[in-house]
Amino acid sequence: MKPVERVLPTEEAADLIGLVREIADGELAPRVDDFEARAQFPREQFRLLGRAGLLGLPFDVEHGGGGQPYEVYLQVLEELAGRWLAVAEGVSVHSLACYPTAAFGTETQRKRHLPDMLGGELLGAYCLSEPQSGSDAASLTTRAEPDGDGYTVRGTKAWITHAGKADFYNVFCRTPEGISCLLLDAGTPGLQPQAPERTMGLRSSTVAQIVLDGAHVPADRLLGEPGGGFKIALNALDGGRLGIAACAVGLAQAALDYAVDYAKDRQQFGRSILEFQGVGFMLADMATQIAAARALYLSAARLRDAGRPHSAEAAKAKLFCTDTAMRVTTDAVQVLGGAGYVSDHPVERYMREAKVLQIFEGTNQIQRLVIARSL
Amino acid sequence: MKIVVLVKQVPDSGADRNLRSDDNTVDRASASNVINEMDEYAIEEALRLQEAHGGEVVILTVGPDRATESIRKALSMGPDSAVHVVDDALHGSCAVATSKVLAAAIAQQGADLVICGAESTDGRVQVLPHMIAERLGIAALTGARKLTVDGTSLTIERQTDEGYEVVTASTPALVSVWDTINDPRYPSFKGIMAAKKKPLQTLSLGDLGIAAGEVGFDGATSTVVEHSKRPPRQAGNKIDAGDDGGSKLVEYLASEKFV
Repeated sequence: MKPVERVLPTEEAADLIGLVREIADGELAPRVDDFEARAQFPREQFRLLGRAGLLGLPFDVEHGGGGQPYEVYLQVLEELAGRWLAVAEGVSVHSLACYPTAAFGTETQRKRHLPDMLGGELLGAYCLSEPQSGSDAASLTTRAEPDGDGYTVRGTKAWITHAGKADFYNVFCRTPEGISCLLLDAGTPGLQPQAPERTMGLRSSTVAQIVLDGAHVPADRLLGEPGGGFKIALNALDGGRLGIAACAVGLAQAALDYAVDYAKDRQQFGRSILEFQGVGFMLADMATQIAAARALYLSAARLRDAGRPHSAEAAKAKLFCTDTAMRVTTDAVQVLGGAGYVSDHPVERYMREAKVLQIFEGTNQIQRLVIARSL
Repeated sequence: MKIVVLVKQVPDSGADRNLRSDDNTVDRASASNVINEMDEYAIEEALRLQEAHGGEVVILTVGPDRATESIRKALSMGPDSAVHVVDDALHGSCAVATSKVLAAAIAQQGADLVICGAESTDGRVQVLPHMIAERLGIAALTGARKLTVDGTSLTIERQTDEGYEVVTASTPALVSVWDTINDPRYPSFKGIMAAKKKPLQTLSLGDLGIAAGEVGFDGATSTVVEHSKRPPRQAGNKIDAGDDGGSKLVEYLASEKFV
């Protein structure tokens, strides 16, 4: 399959995509099946991406980031997702976890934390959801009680990507002023990652609850204003949703590419099944939906890069791209027939992986709510 | 220590490769060109030595204009600068003539250590390291799977079919490496950006004091008279896993001297 034709804003962005393809083909694609089968977290692969400068792309060069616009960063995510969705999702989550410090931290906090966060050796986690607080994020109950020189945090966070693997955690919790955002190190006493969830897909991405049992957090680890946490969470999610939209397009493209190759090769009734209109039209619809999805997330990204409001556009992109990924991956299984239903081919994995894209970073029902409210 | 690493741009060995129909030279124009695979190991070894002992790493390439892409790629891994010998008269050069050009450029640079790949994936003659060392009058430590440097003393493990030999020499010297020696790094995004600004010196044959007639077709010691494409692959022998499948397989392997 030919690589996706991309119109990139700069020569350095084109070089970056070239580097990403080289690393993704050389280091990620050959390992994904094995790591997914064993539910093994690819920590070394994240280090490799970090050393290549791919874990800080959308952040300022001044603090060690790559200085790339979202338009470029998201296409990097798309390329990664086409080879290994869990890794691409991990990069997106890491960016989400760096965002509160980058956008709401004081100059002192940014100088102290961002170079390490963006430098490639550390991995971040983002703790907003709770067992009883999912779509209704504002109902969270984790408490941070002032204890003199900081806070003591108690509660349980749920569905935390990189739980037990991350080096730092953004924890949204209730302080006397309202919801606030705290930055915790992995080694903080009382921060207790629980047993990993046994998930339907994305098995190489570790997801678990984080129990906070009297974890002490110094006052200088408060990001933004006391009580300003919900605003941070919503802002961060705009970027996170675009990240998932790009991941979804990468996954869908991988499924289409595989299905097209298979349909060209597979002979029935004396010709390739691609030549049968029923299959050819199905693949044509998949290709068209993917092209539309890519255009939609890039359109939202360009709004963000221009500093314009983009919450509704990010929600539309997340909704459309992930629904597209679900449809395309399901159809890819159909194109392969029985072969698509067994793990000898990757499309059944793609289909399992697509499902979660419709659920996390705000369910697609919540995305519709965001869009409807913007009308 | 100043280390010069020889880097050749070659047609991607993973893609279709051809010789030109007009002059039987490697078709570089229509090929997807990359850094010769073994040279990436040479670059990595040089960078590791630099990280351990300090000094300078210079990339040296002889090749047409478009070899600049491979030079920038090599620089993005971390070397400090590059020298590109480019001259239309070089087209059609044999290994002997190429070694003359490389040796002259190395002599001009004044290297303590020259590192190169043990072979290129297009020519595969494996003689260039020896020719260059001979021309420069320095030791040739060839076919290394391990290299250690202690001051001016160099030790390699030379890979052989049976095992390895330990060979030592003093600088200045040339070391050629196999792909068993290390695991080359990927460039970083910052490395790619930095590579665009690194010094790249372009030299002609005149700059090296070599006359056009000494190289290219005129100076070639060997000539490719004709070539033809490799015949398409024949269908292989299929051995069914029946009652005598095992013994038939052993017979086949024995007949081909695999066992």
